[in-house]
Amino acid sequence: MSASPAIRSQFEGRSPADVKAPVRIACKDLNFYYGSFHGLKDINLDFRDRQVTALIGPSGCGKSTLLRTFNRIYSLYPEQRAEGEILLDGQNVLDPKIDLNELRSRVGMVFQKPTPFPMSIYDNVAFGLRLYEKLPKAELDVRVEESLRKAALWDEVKDKLKQSGTGLSGGQQQRLCIARTVAQRPEVILFDEPTSALDPISTGRIEELIEQLRTEFTIVIVTHNMQQAARISQFTAFMYLGELIEFDATTKIFMNPAKRQTQDYITGRFG
Amino acid sequence: MDASTPLATAERPRRASRVRSGRRIADRVLILASTFATLLGIVVLGSILLMLIVEGVKGFTPALLTEPTPGPGSVGGGIANAILGSLVMTFIGIVIATPIGLMAGTFLAEYGRTSKIADIIRFLNDVLLSAPSILIGLFVYTLMVRPMGTYSGWAGAVALAIIATPVIVRTTEDMLRLVPSQMREAGAALGAPRSLVIRAITWRAASAGVVTGIILALARIAGETAPLLFTALNNNSWFNANLLGGVPNLPVMIYQFALSPYPNWQSLAWAGALLITVTILALSVVARLVIKDQRAR
Repeated sequence: MSASPAIRSQFEGRSPADVKAPVRIACKDLNFYYGSFHGLKDINLDFRDRQVTALIGPSGCGKSTLLRTFNRIYSLYPEQRAEGEILLDGQNVLDPKIDLNELRSRVGMVFQKPTPFPMSIYDNVAFGLRLYEKLPKAELDVRVEESLRKAALWDEVKDKLKQSGTGLSGGQQQRLCIARTVAQRPEVILFDEPTSALDPISTGRIEELIEQLRTEFTIVIVTHNMQQAARISQFTAFMYLGELIEFDATTKIFMNPAKRQTQDYITGRFG
Repeated sequence: MDASTPLATAERPRRASRVRSGRRIADRVLILASTFATLLGIVVLGSILLMLIVEGVKGFTPALLTEPTPGPGSVGGGIANAILGSLVMTFIGIVIATPIGLMAGTFLAEYGRTSKIADIIRFLNDVLLSAPSILIGLFVYTLMVRPMGTYSGWAGAVALAIIATPVIVRTTEDMLRLVPSQMREAGAALGAPRSLVIRAITWRAASAGVVTGIILALARIAGETAPLLFTALNNNSWFNANLLGGVPNLPVMIYQFALSPYPNWQSLAWAGALLITVTILALSVVARLVIKDQRAR
């Protein structure tokens, strides 16, 4: 099983997977249930510092479910529960005693559909900052600008910070959501199919942005677009029916996968 | 088109017309029936409005808005006391109903959702929504008027509040449910506690709809008569500042004056009815504009 030159060329000039980077998140025997449905089965997986890890697999394979355990956003829904361990810097986030709001300020999340809040662009970005930090106005201004710059949105909105965030285009709204997440200076950013509602140009900008953000944050991205996973990630996990089938460096997964199912999926034979 | 087209069109009409003639008749009958039903509705509504405008405008004098209701058999006078009484009681009623309705609606949409208690509250709220308003009047009579020993504007306002509350509960819940759950998740994902997500995000996202619900509740209670008969009753002069004793109000004034044998009173009742109708119409229009504004955003 060797890859065609076309696939191989995708990886030229790309930052290679750093297998020596420290582990930021470690899943140990993670199981997940929606009521009686067993959504994730014995997942063991490590996510490395300042690397982009892509979760791929067909619809319903559990990739979004897995992502949603890292900040325990699933706990908004009483019928959903997780078992096992997820260690974030050695601390188990599934521990019932953990402060959920503090966890979520450390593990940010960007959703499939842009979710700007019904308030000004400035207030959208400042929302997370105002939660736990009492910053003086001048410093808040600095942090808002810094975050919007990191999200590559500053130049487009610097003259209309007081306007509603819902008035921006879809791609701009998504970058606003990224700015809002970045503003809290989290350690990890989770992306749940962040470009599936966007046009190709906006998608390209978000992908570039993720490449830049990687220098500061550990990134996990769920995508149903395999080319996207190949373009932006260092590591890729292939999931199927709630199980982790294969996890390795992205180049390895796409050019020389160890498992037949992975090979079939990335060559488009099913999924 | 290809060569077979002329043949096909030549052959088709005969077969089709047999099928279609039956359908065409059914179609015509349905159009006719629904047009007739619509016209019937519009004519009834139109004649009520026309009568109301013709008779109501006659009673419109400058004194209408400045003078209190006159004694039986007298000439002139106005309905200023009833207008003010209605405004005061409706205002107090909505001030009582709004926080209760808002909180209960928020509980149903955000906290209770599919829990048993929420289902029970939702069911009871629907019952209250369609409860005969005279029952609510009697309820408040027993609860307030009897123990206090007097009719009062307070009792009237409470009765109106009981009618307005389920309307506000319902619209608040419906509007909050329209806010996508991803919005709540996004708030929670930033580490915002639930109460803040509700206050700063979901309430704000649903604000126009919630305000519309309050305006519609206002329109609903502005014209209620039955709950006031046993609570605020009426009074042919200005009312006490402490709202104890009968408090004049438009609906009961219209009810009593319209049944009276005095032409002057009847004319004032028409004018009051027109005033109340125009007010409710204006409130409904405002409610629609608010919704439209929300959709545009």
